[in-house]
Amino acid sequence: MKKLVVDCSTGIATEVELTAEEVAQREADAQAWATEQAAREAAEVAKVRAKASAESKLKALGLTDAEISALVG
Amino acid sequence: MAVTHKLIQTVSVTAATVSSIDFNSIPQTYTDLVLVVSMRTNAAGVSDYVAISFNSSTASFTFKPVYGDGTSALSANYTTSPSSRIISGAVGNTATANVFSSGTTYIPNYTSSNNKSYSSDYAREQNATGTELGFGAGIWANTAAITSISLTSWNGSSIMQYSSASLYGIKNS
Repeated sequence: MKKLVVDCSTGIATEVELTAEEVAQREADAQAWATEQAAREAAEVAKVRAKASAESKLKALGLTDAEISALVG
Repeated sequence: MAVTHKLIQTVSVTAATVSSIDFNSIPQTYTDLVLVVSMRTNAAGVSDYVAISFNSSTASFTFKPVYGDGTSALSANYTTSPSSRIISGAVGNTATANVFSSGTTYIPNYTSSNNKSYSSDYAREQNATGTELGFGAGIWANTAAITSISLTSWNGSSIMQYSSASLYGIKNS
């Protein structure tokens, strides 16, 4: 894998092979993305579940579906 | 009031893919920088984003975008890399063929000894779902002057052929 490097002092653009450290960093970045995505998806799932739980409790209190919809959208 | 808007360098990807587009040895003679990016990546989906790093640093970034996809208007506060380093949408590899995103990032006072704030606006176009239009405010909490900029795919994909980036310098005198 190569990166495209532009030297602004010379205007020369070159494709440079990644070093072992850069390959490792790229893999670490991809892992960081996967970790962040997993956390975000878990948060989304928790949010959906909390909303469903809240709607269920509101219904148990006697609110109609229309009233619940007006409250929570 | 800016009186110059000068192209420092522009580059287009000619290889099938590259891992990043890097601007090194950025001249320290301007007041502000403007970065214009058009990108498509080989991400396995319709959408990706462009992530930035300054001086090889991926730490201490925050990005707060407001964005819409034609159905919903959303906002976010990204404090964790790589999302904290987003500056633009990018088109993924299953998006409409030959379509690229477009984004512009304005980086004022890039040589100052203060933290570096910037603003971005972008469009991820395509003739299907996955379209997104957004703008946002970012900061790199680092006092070093910006001497290099690296652009990568947000999710670690590779940047595809014909993607391009242009760096402009702005002078206030």
